[in-house]
Amino acid sequence: MILKISQAILLVFLSGLSVFIGVAEISPLDLLDLSSEQAQIMLSSRLPRLFSILVAGSSLAVSGLIMQRITRNRFVSPTTAGTMEWCRLGVMVSILLLPQAPSLLRVVCAFVVSFCGTMLFLAIVNRIRNAGIILVPLVGIMLGGVVNALSTFFAYRYDIIQNMASWLQGNFSLVIAGNYELIYIGIPLMAAAYIFADRFTIAGMGKNTASALGLRYSAVLYTGLAIVAVVSSVSVVAVGNIPFVGLIVPNVVSLYRGDSVKRVLWDTAWLGALLVLVCDIAGRIAIYPFELPIGIVLSIIGSAVFLILITNSKKSYA
Amino acid sequence: MISFEGILKKYGKETVLKNVAASLPTEKIIAFIGGNGAGKSTLLGIISRLLDPNAGSVCIDGRMINQWNCRELAKHLTILGQSPNSAARITVEELVSFGRFPHTNGTLSEEDMKIVGEALDMTGMQPFKNRFIDELSGGQRQMAYIAMAIAQDTKYILLDEPLNNLDMSRSAGIMKILRRLVKEKSKTVMIVIHDINFVSFYADYIVALKDGELRYMGDADSIIRPEILSDIFSTDISVEKFGDRKICIYY
Repeated sequence: MILKISQAILLVFLSGLSVFIGVAEISPLDLLDLSSEQAQIMLSSRLPRLFSILVAGSSLAVSGLIMQRITRNRFVSPTTAGTMEWCRLGVMVSILLLPQAPSLLRVVCAFVVSFCGTMLFLAIVNRIRNAGIILVPLVGIMLGGVVNALSTFFAYRYDIIQNMASWLQGNFSLVIAGNYELIYIGIPLMAAAYIFADRFTIAGMGKNTASALGLRYSAVLYTGLAIVAVVSSVSVVAVGNIPFVGLIVPNVVSLYRGDSVKRVLWDTAWLGALLVLVCDIAGRIAIYPFELPIGIVLSIIGSAVFLILITNSKKSYA
Repeated sequence: MISFEGILKKYGKETVLKNVAASLPTEKIIAFIGGNGAGKSTLLGIISRLLDPNAGSVCIDGRMINQWNCRELAKHLTILGQSPNSAARITVEELVSFGRFPHTNGTLSEEDMKIVGEALDMTGMQPFKNRFIDELSGGQRQMAYIAMAIAQDTKYILLDEPLNNLDMSRSAGIMKILRRLVKEKSKTVMIVIHDINFVSFYADYIVALKDGELRYMGDADSIIRPEILSDIFSTDISVEKFGDRKICIYY
């Protein structure tokens, strides 16, 4: 309980910090007497940015957790399974077919493509004999690369490459009231993850154990993938690609809390939100008054942690 | 009661079970014996709906296996596969609690907690309940999985080579637990074992397979005979009296 309270305090403190960083000077003291301009900035930019960071970070971390459990592989996440790339392809398809498509339609399109794409990834992995624990994410990364090349090709072809670029790199600086609210779909999905938590843990013990306990393995698999695909799609459409959160966070939490989804869910969501928040703050401070996109900051940290995980994998992950 | 008939199973072109049929008794330890590749594990897999046969049917308590609801069947029958190696870091207590999953949907009542506690006591895993299963020795982990099967509290408990890679005292310990389950809780235990002397000492009933066929079936006493065992394992085996038991010598 004390742990949870201190976790919450840390998150609230950093959230406060995040709200007061920016080109327009707003200090905590101003809160008592906000000018209308300051209130405008708060409500239309700073707070939406904060909320989208918190929801995107936590829901992506949770979807990474689900993915690692149902594939029984610690290196599989929306980033390393190509799910994010499929989302982007889906968004591009929706832009090509219906240039004025509302965001929700883009999300639907991204969801359909990423769900099918991730299924394809799992089918390929199942076909590989003795697919090692490292080989599986490599297959995902390669597949993601191919999909990415495809997206880029068509984007050039139809001259929408600039439009696409905003989905290549996650960026919270573009978040303003009115264009980010879809991200909140992540909240009920995290609740769903809690309800299905035991099922995901059991599915993570293998198909045979799952069916001995009366679970239909494939149903759990599809439920999990659906949650992952929706979360990835809304975050790609609302804030862009946020890499590595789904990979790093569940692994770190697993080290001290284990893998029971129910037991780690809170910590995973918390750490996901915290990680993205810290990286966002770092990106905003590093070259102030300019910003580093969150995707770059996370990629630097994420690839370093990924390498550490792989090199230490012999003992605890093999 | 579990019965099956006309079971045919092929892996590719190779036929591993040919027209196997039987009606198995209840409230006994039933040992499935036979050489490597005789089809024991496959048969156990088919009885427990982990595998689909190419032909034939399995009937559990008067209902065909494919007419059972998944969840409902998991309250009646469970199977522990060969070395269930899970990469998941969960604690022993969490693992054993999952045995209650078919009955509860996840939230454990006090009654469920009591059953979990009993399973931990029975297997001697109580002191390890807060340890992660990937930090246990092979024998302890096997015990933890058996505790989960006990907590599931099913009428039929199927175990595929639970004694693999275990030392003698641990193996005997597991067999004694299975005996208690049959005696005290009226369970029916079906088990694939390689060590014929464990079968002779603990099993009540024996199903013997060779080359995918069910060759012999009957009370342990009627199967533990030199001519039968020599036929099943294609090697000379002699059987000696040892108190009121029989011991098999085959070295």
